[in-house]
Amino acid sequence: MSGARAMDARDGHLLSERPSRRRLWTDRIATGAMAAAVIIALLPVVLIFYYIIREGLAAMNWEFLTQAPPFSYRREGGGYVNGLIGTLMMVGIATVISVPLGILAAVYLVEYGGRNLLASLIRFFSDVMTGVPSVFVGLFVYTAFVVPYGFGALMGAAALSIIMMPIVVRSTEEMLKLVPQEIKNASYALGAAKWQTVLRIVLPSALPGITTGVLLAVARAAGETAPLILTALGSLTITTALVGEPISALPLAIFDGARTPFAAGQARAWAGAFELLAIVLVFTLLARVAASRSSISR
Amino acid sequence: MTEPVFSVNHLNVSYGGNLALKDVCLDIHPREITAIIGPSGCGKSTFIRCLNRMNDLVPGAQVEGQVMYHGEDIYGADIDPVTVRRRIGMVFQRPNPFPKSIYDNVAFGPRINGFKGDLDELVERSLRRAALWDEVKNKMRKSALALSGGQQQRLCIARAIAVEPDVILMDEPASALDPIATVRIEDLMQELKQEYSIVIVTHNMQQAARVSDKTAFLYTEVDEESMSRWGILVEYGPTGGIFTKPLDKRTEDYVSGRFG
Repeated sequence: MSGARAMDARDGHLLSERPSRRRLWTDRIATGAMAAAVIIALLPVVLIFYYIIREGLAAMNWEFLTQAPPFSYRREGGGYVNGLIGTLMMVGIATVISVPLGILAAVYLVEYGGRNLLASLIRFFSDVMTGVPSVFVGLFVYTAFVVPYGFGALMGAAALSIIMMPIVVRSTEEMLKLVPQEIKNASYALGAAKWQTVLRIVLPSALPGITTGVLLAVARAAGETAPLILTALGSLTITTALVGEPISALPLAIFDGARTPFAAGQARAWAGAFELLAIVLVFTLLARVAASRSSISR
Repeated sequence: MTEPVFSVNHLNVSYGGNLALKDVCLDIHPREITAIIGPSGCGKSTFIRCLNRMNDLVPGAQVEGQVMYHGEDIYGADIDPVTVRRRIGMVFQRPNPFPKSIYDNVAFGPRINGFKGDLDELVERSLRRAALWDEVKNKMRKSALALSGGQQQRLCIARAIAVEPDVILMDEPASALDPIATVRIEDLMQELKQEYSIVIVTHNMQQAARVSDKTAFLYTEVDEESMSRWGILVEYGPTGGIFTKPLDKRTEDYVSGRFG
């Protein structure tokens, strides 16, 4: 080995030697394959955005944002304000239920439970729940709440919060685990009790990450359709009742409009899809800004 | 002779059943700097972490023996480790400021301890005592993570003295710093010893010789049969004596650089 190197040095080829043809081509092919994979993976996303924006903007107007749909899918005009109200109500209530519970459960897992039986059970069931098709959640709420009390916003919110909870728990847990032991030690060394350390050091440090997890959950809930069919049912009129009355939601209205054979109904569905996309985007941006304001960036 | 701050009697520490520190007995006196020196793995950090019950946070750690603090055993049954840590502050090896503003870092301790008074004044006084005030007074609301390593460590010292402890424990406070920052920390320790008792763990023998009044030399004892090893206290006394006329052969070998 050292003999070969010495010989190369004598010939002056130690560094000026060109990479072999084979290595050059392997490099080019691998780079090309990866670039192609990225493009293929991005293509559907870009196309989805493109069609939603193109078709959605064409059908979007002030009337769409402020009016309920006409009772006939064939008629033009009207909008999805009933769905917008329903989505905001149900996702809002589901967030209020699932986020505090989910974050508290995650704090328990990381700071208190460790590897005990209860913590292991929570982890296991959270994992199972993230994998359960959302229509089953809808069926559960249907049998448990809708059958005795009827369709309504609260039933939809219950289904959505069951879907959101495991996402919040697991993402928050990952974020809390990333808080370095060193700064927890610093807090303990100053005479902070455990709850003070969790409340004032661990949670604020993990806040940006927790926010991201919560947003994922909110976005997921905002787009859920199947469980809402079984719990909120959908409606063509504006309602703000919590129980006793079916309520619409944007995904339900989109589903409804998109499967009609009439151009007017389909156009409203495109506009609804655009509206839903815009809402999720705006909430994401707002929460990101709020999280970066309240914590100190590096 | 003044009453000792700490009186450590027959201290044994083990982690998950493995002995880490065996039968340490020593007294630590007020308004002095006590240095703990010794080779890696001899239990220096383990020892200092017993003095404010930080070892409680290590899973599997077990402490036997007595650590008397002003005549009270801090491992006593009715002692809350949180109270102990409010009286005995600690500065860690790597600067570990909170991801908060400079002001909030210093104000953290007083706030959680229910400080009622002029917080701004206390923060300023603590930063002045830590010789950091002039460098940060115009950026109190900026992130502490934007400071240099040496500044961060002085911030951690300011944070520790803001709760007005009685003792400050320093676990290799300068080992992650450059020589200039190290000198500043050492100067600072001389200032602080007017009011506090300081216990410092250090790898650096020159540092121990420069700053401390008393030095304790810990060394690793190996059991040939089971190949297990633990730390013991070899020698403890005035720093001058330890470095110039050590009584024990092992101390002499270590301080003269023959091993370790």
